[in-house]
Amino acid sequence: MYPAMQGIMAIVGAVSVCLTYYFVSNWLLDNVFLPAKGAHISRNINRANMIRPWLFLAPALLVLCVYLAYPVIETLRLSFMQRQGAEFVWVGLDNYQQMMTEDKFWEALTNNVLWLIIVPAGATAMGLIAAQLTDRIYWGNLAKSLIFMPMAISFVGASIIWKLVYDTRPIDQEQIGLLNALYLFFGGDAPQTWVTMPFWNNLFLMVVLIWIQTGFAMVILSAALRSIPEETIEAAILDGANPWVVFFKIKVPQIKGTILVVWTTITITVLKVFDIVYAMTNGQWNTQILANYMFNKLFSANDWGVGSASAMVIMLLVTPILIWNVYNARQEQL
Amino acid sequence: MDNIAGSKSSLRWALHLSVAFLVVLWLIPTVGLLVSSFRTTDQISTGGWWRALMTAEHNLILRTAPPSTQTQINGKYVVTGSLAKSGTELDIRAWGVSSRAIDDYTPGATAKLSKGGEITVSKNGHYRMEHTLPFTGKRGTRIFVSSALPPEFTLDNYHKVLFDPKNVEGMGQAFLTTMIVTIPATIIPILIAAFAAYALAWMQFPGRALLVAFIVGLLVVPLQLALIPLLKLHLNIGIGKGFIGVWLAHTAFGMPLAIYLLRNYMVGLPKDIIENARIDGATDFQIFMKLIVPLSFPALAAFSIFQFLWTWNDLLVAKVFLIDSSGQTVVMTAKLVEMLGTRGGNWEILATSAFVSIVVPLLVFFSLQKYLVRGLLAGSVK
Repeated sequence: MYPAMQGIMAIVGAVSVCLTYYFVSNWLLDNVFLPAKGAHISRNINRANMIRPWLFLAPALLVLCVYLAYPVIETLRLSFMQRQGAEFVWVGLDNYQQMMTEDKFWEALTNNVLWLIIVPAGATAMGLIAAQLTDRIYWGNLAKSLIFMPMAISFVGASIIWKLVYDTRPIDQEQIGLLNALYLFFGGDAPQTWVTMPFWNNLFLMVVLIWIQTGFAMVILSAALRSIPEETIEAAILDGANPWVVFFKIKVPQIKGTILVVWTTITITVLKVFDIVYAMTNGQWNTQILANYMFNKLFSANDWGVGSASAMVIMLLVTPILIWNVYNARQEQL
Repeated sequence: MDNIAGSKSSLRWALHLSVAFLVVLWLIPTVGLLVSSFRTTDQISTGGWWRALMTAEHNLILRTAPPSTQTQINGKYVVTGSLAKSGTELDIRAWGVSSRAIDDYTPGATAKLSKGGEITVSKNGHYRMEHTLPFTGKRGTRIFVSSALPPEFTLDNYHKVLFDPKNVEGMGQAFLTTMIVTIPATIIPILIAAFAAYALAWMQFPGRALLVAFIVGLLVVPLQLALIPLLKLHLNIGIGKGFIGVWLAHTAFGMPLAIYLLRNYMVGLPKDIIENARIDGATDFQIFMKLIVPLSFPALAAFSIFQFLWTWNDLLVAKVFLIDSSGQTVVMTAKLVEMLGTRGGNWEILATSAFVSIVVPLLVFFSLQKYLVRGLLAGSVK
């Protein structure tokens, strides 16, 4: 039970350290450094109010800078270096050149592009369908929460769940994987090994992420659908529009902004997820993706230089979304 | 709304059916794993989980009692008994006395034995073997039966995975490790982020808008970039791999979303209340503790659920910052991946272990879904 004790102490310790910091720093500011009394009372109050926000922000900014901002720059620097023993030596673009000559890298990049197109499209489309259908029935909330459920399951757990679906047994044995059982039931001649099937195996892995992300898309899109002004729909129906026209010509255009947000959020998730490929194929049979390629470089090949270079490629793919998000945030504040 | 023009009842049915189809499609993979975790190795390998409620058939090789138990009745040598092992029941469909013809006879029929004599086997496994000469040899005669296996569910897998004193599967310990990683990694970021979010929402200072943009930017920075520099940093400052490192990493990686969500929520709080409190002489610290924290409860709850799910389900951060060669600090997700490699065929162990790791997030999800949805909406739709 030693680690459990350590855990409890850590919780209590960390929480009290944090609270003490905020409390004590505030008290010091108000009572010791800039007391709201004496000759300079108004000057002191003003100065204290200038400093206080930074007291509140300091711990958050510290972890953000050390754990997120600094690594971006450091990874960029490391991508131009090679580890030799304990030293890091400047090698210029060598890491990038080496990466470009590796077939596995190009395989990862092509697969990643496929993931970036198919998964956000699939999850958003399924989410939109699910949102539209469930909003109109009395047990819609129950249906929604069941479709949303995979979001709580880890990528590794989901990989195991789907590995059972894709399981393959020799032809003379009873199939225990649902997909093969259905395939044989509907007239397939021999059980297929789905995860090794060239090209298609990528799709089978993507299905896992679509299955997880659809619920997320559905929840957000269903809220957006409900916020559409009723008059626009009523007017369309009175003008004789059929349900398809109402959906595609009236509803979808009005939630275009939300669809874009959902799409980009899932895109970012796709770029980060390595667990599914790692657990199901570890990049074998032409299923490599960048996040897993980077992980392999880092831990199997122990090549920090090329690892950093491939991380920078992921960063490069995220950058347009980053700029777009920041631009939008600035617009909102103005 | 869109049915104000009066929809046909056949369309309503199609709607209900398609939603039902969608729900079943989404549930079936998980249900398969859940059902498998309650089945025995035999059951899993002899039939798909969807047959769990049906009676299955399996083939057994059983032996009669050895010749030493024979008795002499009316001038014949007789061996009787039951083929069923004690405590089990047989429901024989067919049986045979040779490995080449294992289902030649129906229950109640009589077969000739190759060594001489004959045997009758009844449906429940009782047999009577007789011969005019004594039976010889040390062991009993082999009988092949195919017997019906009634549907049966067992908790043995869970017992084996979680409470085995030898802890062969290591899931019990991994569960504990995951808890130790998750709880501080959920509480600490909320605390830090709440103060920062308040400053960004309600305090006036130069550079505030720039900071918000900075945080929005960090929101999408991929974790992959942080791995190598931070691992290097942790090794240099002596934290190494361990709980402290993983807590710090999770705290930081959850921070942009935490600040973003909480700030969005706090900005929307009624201005009057906060202004009034200021006029009444409350300090920022008091406003934060007495007003903002209680009022922001839904947002705090939403973020803690996100962070909890994310840290509980995480594999990457734990693998990089926590798990060392000692093998004492393996989290459940890492254990599962390990098992996929070493016990890929043992579906009963895999399914059960996976479910042990899934069940806690599922409970959190279903009980606190309301807050989760609200948080999601606050984060993406405005």
